[in-house]
Amino acid sequence: MTDPTDAGRRDPGLQPERTRLAWQRTALAMTVIMVLTARLAYTRGLTGAVVVGLAVLLWGAALRLCWRRATGAGPAAAHGRALPLAALATAGYATLGAVLVIRGMW
Amino acid sequence: MWQAIRRWFDPRELRSVGTTPDYRFSLANERTFLAWLRTSLALVAGGLAAAQFLPPLSWAHLREVIAVALLLLGGTVAVRALDRWARTERAMRLGVELPPSRFPAVLALSVGVGALVLVAAVLAGAVGFRD
Repeated sequence: MTDPTDAGRRDPGLQPERTRLAWQRTALAMTVIMVLTARLAYTRGLTGAVVVGLAVLLWGAALRLCWRRATGAGPAAAHGRALPLAALATAGYATLGAVLVIRGMW
Repeated sequence: MWQAIRRWFDPRELRSVGTTPDYRFSLANERTFLAWLRTSLALVAGGLAAAQFLPPLSWAHLREVIAVALLLLGGTVAVRALDRWARTERAMRLGVELPPSRFPAVLALSVGVGALVLVAAVLAGAVGFRD
């Protein structure tokens, strides 16, 4: 129950909440990317098997990162290595995908 | 260059200048980074989908070109999101203006121009005009 005297104050509680939700949306998007990468790799044979493994590993790491960040977001967690790692995981998927597509042309 | 890259990875390096801003601003900066990251993931998803769900197009390798272009754009957006986050965090700590950026305009124009080119390609294919 909100204290009516607090009505004029900004609610600091919503900021961590929104950040948590943003991390969760990002984790969902990562899952879609993992499925698409794995599917593309699967159709490309033996190299594909290795890439499927890589994609799933990358996804697990990214998800764990998002999850830890989502449960820990707050004043104390305003900085961290989660951001660079999440960005690099995304760039990693882009690279994996580009390699698969280019390899598939021959 | 190396300094900037170190700032991406080392929270202490970021914290070494200025004063800590209101954490709500830092969280807002983090959410902006995540929104850019999802933009990047959407571009990567588009590239991966183009590579496996588009039928082979009338121009040789056009499908692969579209896919690789989207994937590269997605990778660029991810790295740029990280750089932007670190620069904004630094600017907030130092109490200076946020760094200006042309990147949103460049991204919007390249997506728009890319879409127009593809519309032209689809129309050309529909009226049977082929190389």
